[in-house]
Amino acid sequence: MTSTDGSTARTATATAPRPERSGRVRRFSRAERLVHRATGWLMLLCVGTAACLYLAPLAQLVGRRHLLVTVHEWSGVLLPLPFLLGLASPAFRADLRRLNRFAAYDREWLRAVRRRLTEPRARPAGKFNAGQKIYAGWIAGAVLVMMATGLLMWFTGVLPTISRTSAIFIHDILAWGIAAVLIGHMRRAYRDPEARLGMRTGFVGRDWARTWHRHWTPEDPPAARGPGSGDAGRAG
Amino acid sequence: MGLRKNRPAEGAPVARRTMLTMLGAGAFGLATAPWLQDGWEKALGAASQKDPTGLTGVLPNPGGFRYYSVVGSVPRKDGTDYALRIDGLVDRPTTYTLEDLRALRQTRIVHDVLCTDGWRVENTPFEGVRLSDLLEAAGVRPEGRALRFTCFDGVYTESLTLAQARRSDMLVALRMQDKPITHEHGGPVRLYAAPMYFYKSAKWLSGISVTDKVVPGYWEEYGYDIDGWLDGEDRDGDGSAA
Repeated sequence: MTSTDGSTARTATATAPRPERSGRVRRFSRAERLVHRATGWLMLLCVGTAACLYLAPLAQLVGRRHLLVTVHEWSGVLLPLPFLLGLASPAFRADLRRLNRFAAYDREWLRAVRRRLTEPRARPAGKFNAGQKIYAGWIAGAVLVMMATGLLMWFTGVLPTISRTSAIFIHDILAWGIAAVLIGHMRRAYRDPEARLGMRTGFVGRDWARTWHRHWTPEDPPAARGPGSGDAGRAG
Repeated sequence: MGLRKNRPAEGAPVARRTMLTMLGAGAFGLATAPWLQDGWEKALGAASQKDPTGLTGVLPNPGGFRYYSVVGSVPRKDGTDYALRIDGLVDRPTTYTLEDLRALRQTRIVHDVLCTDGWRVENTPFEGVRLSDLLEAAGVRPEGRALRFTCFDGVYTESLTLAQARRSDMLVALRMQDKPITHEHGGPVRLYAAPMYFYKSAKWLSGISVTDKVVPGYWEEYGYDIDGWLDGEDRDGDGSAA
């Protein structure tokens, strides 16, 4: 939530100064940021309505069960849509490949986590660190399982071999797993303003990138561009 | 040079494997859910015995009721302003106060409560007036075929056929778990249709109208079964087995 908070208002002002001049490098294209933002809002809608349907104090406060069920169902079904639309963007596809593949330094990153080493030297990473890679894969799988079990509850009797009770059970259990993981995701973003800025404006500080993602070479280093090429904010 | 360096590492596709593992776990979970659920409920049941936080109450299948309402807020009613109106195709339309209902013959039923959303509460005692007693007192006219229930939340409705309503396990319930029914559970008076899914047991009951045909209830308009029988119930019986 924190990573998308107030994003529209701030994007305009944050991209206004030429990012290169202040030592900033491009991290996410506009398409990628839109995918993230749309997915984030759909996820919040889905989780928020789920909480109002499921937790007694919220259910008693909000009621309106049929409305909430409808919003929950549709926000859930639409959740993969931004991703699918994003596949049209080469930058998005390139980042998916980066998220997918594990390099040797990713294993080193995981070892550092196990040994509770927190300094950036001990945690080498490419454009995405090992934690982000695993998170991406996990949440993608989890959303698909939620969608499958959700559709089984929605369209009862499509697969008669699977009882509705079973689908509900898996949906409920995994919902708690997703809640925990999403809280972790937002907590990470909350603690790292520069990462949030990257997702909001598309640019991060060069120093931040060198420190936390030292195996990543940004695609359009400022040095390679003339002084007048300050249209990176628009290029997005 | 920068391009080469920037090519995604050709390492193992760990994220894809993670995703596929999740999908596999989901499929495995679905296939084994009946057993998993059994174990889960036992563990949770044991844990909730000594759970001062009440946290187990929100976990899946906590062995408790969940609050469902189709409107934003429901007025609270008690003995001073509660009324149950019985009308429609009857000879003697009647309005009962809470006091009136309490004065009638009370029947106690112990039965499992099952919601279509998967939760269940086993062996729950309900106590109240048999629907058949109220119908008899009102005198159903020959053209009466079904009942339509309305609620003081202003929106929810339910239905039963006359034959279903005359079963002995259909109650206008005043007590649940041997206590007066609280507002959250649909009090002071709710329907309890023991052999059916719990959505049939309309909360905050305020009106019973005898109709000449079944008028589908609130959720039934959205595709729920009009006859919400639980599996294994004797559908043609008179409910005396309950």
